[in-house]
Amino acid sequence: MSLAAQLPRTAGARLSRRYAVGGLYVILGLLSLLAFGIGTDSGKDARFGLALEGARLSMPDLVLPARVTAIVLSLLVAALGVLRVVRAESARLASWLTGLVIVSLLAAFLCWSVAGQEVSLVGIVQGTVFLSIPLVLGALSGVLCERAGVINISIEGQFLLGAFTAAFAGTVTGSLWVGLICGCLAGGLLGLLLAVFAIRYLVDQVILGVVLNVFALGLTGFLYDRVLQPNAESYNSPGIFNTIKIPLLADIPVLGPVLFDSNIFLYLTYVLLAVVHIGLFHTRWGLRVRAVGEHPTAADTVGIRVLATRYRNVLYGGLVAGLGGAFFTIGSVGAFGKNMTSGKGFIALAALIFGRWSPFGSLAAALVFGFADQIQLVLTSIGTTIPSQFMLMAPYLATIFAVAGLVGKVRAPKADGKPYVKS
Amino acid sequence: MTDTPTTTADSEPAAAEPAPAPAPAAAARRRSDTALVTALAVVVALVVGAVLIALSDSAVLDAFGYFFAAPGDVLSASWSAISDAYAAMFQGAIVNPDSISAAADGQATWSSVFGPLSETIVTATPLICAGLSVSLAFRSGLFNIGGEGQVVVGAITAGYVGFAWHLPPVLHVTAAVLAGMIGGGVWGLIAGWLKARTGAHEVITTIMLNYIALYLLLYLLGTPRFQRPGRSDAISREVDGDARLPHLAGSALRLHAGILLALVAAALVAWLLTRSTLGFRLRAVGANPDAARTAGMSVERAYVLAMLLAGGLAGLAGSTQVLGTAYTLTPGVSANIGFDAITVALLGRASPWGTVLAGLLFGALRAGGVQMQAQTGTPIDVVTVIQALIVIFIAAPPLIRSIFRLHAARGGGAGATLAKGWNG
Repeated sequence: MSLAAQLPRTAGARLSRRYAVGGLYVILGLLSLLAFGIGTDSGKDARFGLALEGARLSMPDLVLPARVTAIVLSLLVAALGVLRVVRAESARLASWLTGLVIVSLLAAFLCWSVAGQEVSLVGIVQGTVFLSIPLVLGALSGVLCERAGVINISIEGQFLLGAFTAAFAGTVTGSLWVGLICGCLAGGLLGLLLAVFAIRYLVDQVILGVVLNVFALGLTGFLYDRVLQPNAESYNSPGIFNTIKIPLLADIPVLGPVLFDSNIFLYLTYVLLAVVHIGLFHTRWGLRVRAVGEHPTAADTVGIRVLATRYRNVLYGGLVAGLGGAFFTIGSVGAFGKNMTSGKGFIALAALIFGRWSPFGSLAAALVFGFADQIQLVLTSIGTTIPSQFMLMAPYLATIFAVAGLVGKVRAPKADGKPYVKS
Repeated sequence: MTDTPTTTADSEPAAAEPAPAPAPAAAARRRSDTALVTALAVVVALVVGAVLIALSDSAVLDAFGYFFAAPGDVLSASWSAISDAYAAMFQGAIVNPDSISAAADGQATWSSVFGPLSETIVTATPLICAGLSVSLAFRSGLFNIGGEGQVVVGAITAGYVGFAWHLPPVLHVTAAVLAGMIGGGVWGLIAGWLKARTGAHEVITTIMLNYIALYLLLYLLGTPRFQRPGRSDAISREVDGDARLPHLAGSALRLHAGILLALVAAALVAWLLTRSTLGFRLRAVGANPDAARTAGMSVERAYVLAMLLAGGLAGLAGSTQVLGTAYTLTPGVSANIGFDAITVALLGRASPWGTVLAGLLFGALRAGGVQMQAQTGTPIDVVTVIQALIVIFIAAPPLIRSIFRLHAARGGGAGATLAKGWNG
């Protein structure tokens, strides 16, 4: 926003924001008290399993008196709200408070819904991590593109193309690894299209991204109907990657099976997270990329090749998104279906913004969204009073709250979305 | 604020600018140039679509198998696949020549001759309304990707008034249409309010609201209030007879009054944008929010109003769909109208009458696509691909020009106008 728009608002805005957010936390705490605390019958226990079958170290189940725990957590949330209003403003503390509030509310909600029943907490965490993988990969793709200054709305399209190509290539060649590589390449191709039109032809990047999504949806749908569906055996049955268990680490209680006993996509995600983070913030390459995204004219003056950097980064972003797309077929379901990503690409975009355009921030955000997705699966299976369609809305509602609550405070790379024309 | 690049991608040295031509002539030249680029973009997109159809046709793929033995077979198989598909599309969209001769012989009614045109118009009606929604939002500087959700909510409210309320004839249909517009408007208002209050980027909020609307529809179709008695699948009660939009060309053709509503809406939007103060404010905010704010306009209020109006127009699309075509609510009631509308608005260069023409073109493609799928088995998704390609090509006029070696024109393409990022 321009300076003129910002000046009158700073001091007053900070104060009123403290009251608004703190007040919101208090209200949420009280609502939670009513709904989850008092709304739970007394005497019921919520049972959370902490170990998986066959783990070496077995842990006893975590048994919590549902009503009491929910009440305590709700009061905690209200107290945090008061703290937010009273305590001097510091961005770090505010982020921690937000995180604590979210976790407490979710825990209270869990207590309420699981009261009198049993769920495997490890299972929930494992499912959350699993469902977050494509979101993290999509967000990483966004980081790569947007840190260089190109908005990538077409993550959804890259997912679809990656999923389709991975399934097709994997089936035709019989090799899952070939499918994986082809999925990445397909995403990269769409990224290249995005790059050419955005950088060379100066098309508006948001419009371009949306249209490329429509294009990818139509193309994959068409080819699915035409080629994949009639001959599912020959073209659409690649199979899934096996899980790989890392020997020692997988036996750590609770976290072990979650983090170290999964398929190749999770391990690739770890590697990519590290590579992108270190690359972006601790290497010369990353510095140049960020310079191009913040102030391309200055970067150009220093000799950095702005357009080439943008092309390269969008290509890398496309490759990573293609990998994320491949997850849907050869990492998860095993066959391609029309529009199987159903908006995950946009949730990944929201995770990017929520995570402040940084790899690990996006990871945290993706985990929250993945949790919303997982929880509706779990709750539908144990039966709950909330209708299933509302549960299905959960990740999308969570995204709106995240984007609405936080975007005002976050800042995109300054030249994000603006084409660079040498003058 | 954003600086749109001072030159477009065609790098013309300033000296090549002609001596100031009289303004109307220059504008007319620009318009015809744009029309030429648009027409060529459609042609190129159809060609790419043809390639797609040919390359995925099983007969063509078989012919590739023995390419070196009989190379001509590949071409003839391709040609027959493409021509069958496109001929079917033409017959489904415009007219089927056989039906003319049949009608002349007295073996079929004349209304069957106009069947395809009627289908085109019926398909185009919601596209025009939703396209107007997206255009209006574009002019105000907002990306309304939430057309899908707004159409769904509009359909829900219109359908509900249609089957749950029982009003006298003319009043009923009017109330139902208005209810649809209000429903869609409210859905758009949510996104607009979020943008105004919290700065949440409307691309994300509207897309999320799309999914929420779809799930809301699914939920409602399971409740006794909505669900058709005696059915257990997701289908609602039928809309009352007097809440339906009247047919315009007899009951054999599906053409209904929705097209009149769409044209009136286009006229109103055109009037709003060019001749009203509100429209001026919206356009000013769309062109440069900071300048508008400095001039004293409330940018936030403009965003809210823009999304409210845009949502209302999309809700109108939902109304015409439910009250004119489907007469009932099903999960597929929105039929991808929201996303098609984005391509319609982009092709129509965000101008109301351009949107009408674009809506008719894409309505023709889609109506023809239905016939094409029925007759030749070509999946209708190819129409989506063609639409997306048309928009990509018109958004990059230099690409079309370099393909056809046209002279570069003054003025940019559809994409060069708005270059903004997440920061607004």
